Amino acid sequence: MISYLFALFIILGVVVGIIKGDSSLTNNLLSSGTKAIEMIFDLVPLLCLWLGTMKIAESSGLLKIVSQKLSKYIKVIFPEIPDGHTAIGYISSNIVMNMLGLGNAATPFGLKAMRELKTLNNDRDEASRSMITFLAINTSSVTLIPTTVISLRLASGSASPTDIVGVTIITTICSTLMAIIIDRIFYFFWRRRHG
Amino acid sequence: MVNFIIPVVVMIIIIYGLIKKVDLFDTFLAGVKEGLETSINLFPTIFAMLLAITMLTSSNIISNFSSLLSPLLSHLGFPSDLLPLALLRPISGTSSLVILSDILKIHGPDSYIGHIASVMQGSTDTTIYIVSMYFASIGIKKTKYSLAVGLLADFFSVIFSVIMVRLFF
Repeated sequence: MISYLFALFIILGVVVGIIKGDSSLTNNLLSSGTKAIEMIFDLVPLLCLWLGTMKIAESSGLLKIVSQKLSKYIKVIFPEIPDGHTAIGYISSNIVMNMLGLGNAATPFGLKAMRELKTLNNDRDEASRSMITFLAINTSSVTLIPTTVISLRLASGSASPTDIVGVTIITTICSTLMAIIIDRIFYFFWRRRHG
Repeated sequence: MVNFIIPVVVMIIIIYGLIKKVDLFDTFLAGVKEGLETSINLFPTIFAMLLAITMLTSSNIISNFSSLLSPLLSHLGFPSDLLPLALLRPISGTSSLVILSDILKIHGPDSYIGHIASVMQGSTDTTIYIVSMYFASIGIKKTKYSLAVGLLADFFSVIFSVIMVRLFF
């Protein structure tokens, strides 16, 4: 599916660009790589910091303790993860960081959680049920305080930039619950079709 | 207080490691190495996704497509000025922020449309980007129904934003 999106985006971009006679088309294509370099340079130090720190938490047993404490809550949403597995620690760290609006710090935990979920799935190259649930929660956003939106509202002269916070929290909770429900429905039908 | 959460968490982890007599420095280095390897695994995906997303967004096709659909949407009670934001939000975080900023400038941040746009931006995330990045980092080829779930959830989140703003403002 990603392959089709990749092809679609590029074909649409080039065809529309040519039709409109957009002179910056070539430049956009050639310079998009620079953005990718910037993005990975932002991510490398965070990944190194958190994977380094969490390695210590893993060796000292701290992660295990946290995972065991959170097991019973996480299990409601992720029934396939065994009790006290370290994936639970990484999943909850990712969700907590995202809630606090620290999206950049959340990514390393999320990637590590995916790695743990892959081991649980016997290293197969297909997505497991838990991975898809985890991504459904992640992509529906669990951020409680949307800091970027607030600063944009402030910049555009809002009388009360934060008045959307309450409604955003309610909407986020609804959409995350909806994501979990949709995920369950898809899982149910997928299992019926594929055994 | 929130500003100090991260440093305090790092400190607690290190103190606990000290108590449990973990070989702190070498363990940390092993994790850093893992971080570098993960970054290298991620780079091809980030590169490819940004290439495709840049090509799409720079052509402005989303805005053109939206103005085409606007008569239909107004019938359904969905403000058509919000369509570019709703369509771009799952694809690109930066370009959806640019669109949000435009909407806030044109309609005003405290208007009906300004409120919906703010809630919409805050209650969803860049689905396509996250799904492809997370799967690529661990070499997953068969992604099954994951993207469908994410995009359908985004669709509902757009509807919820409109409903909630109508209810509460």
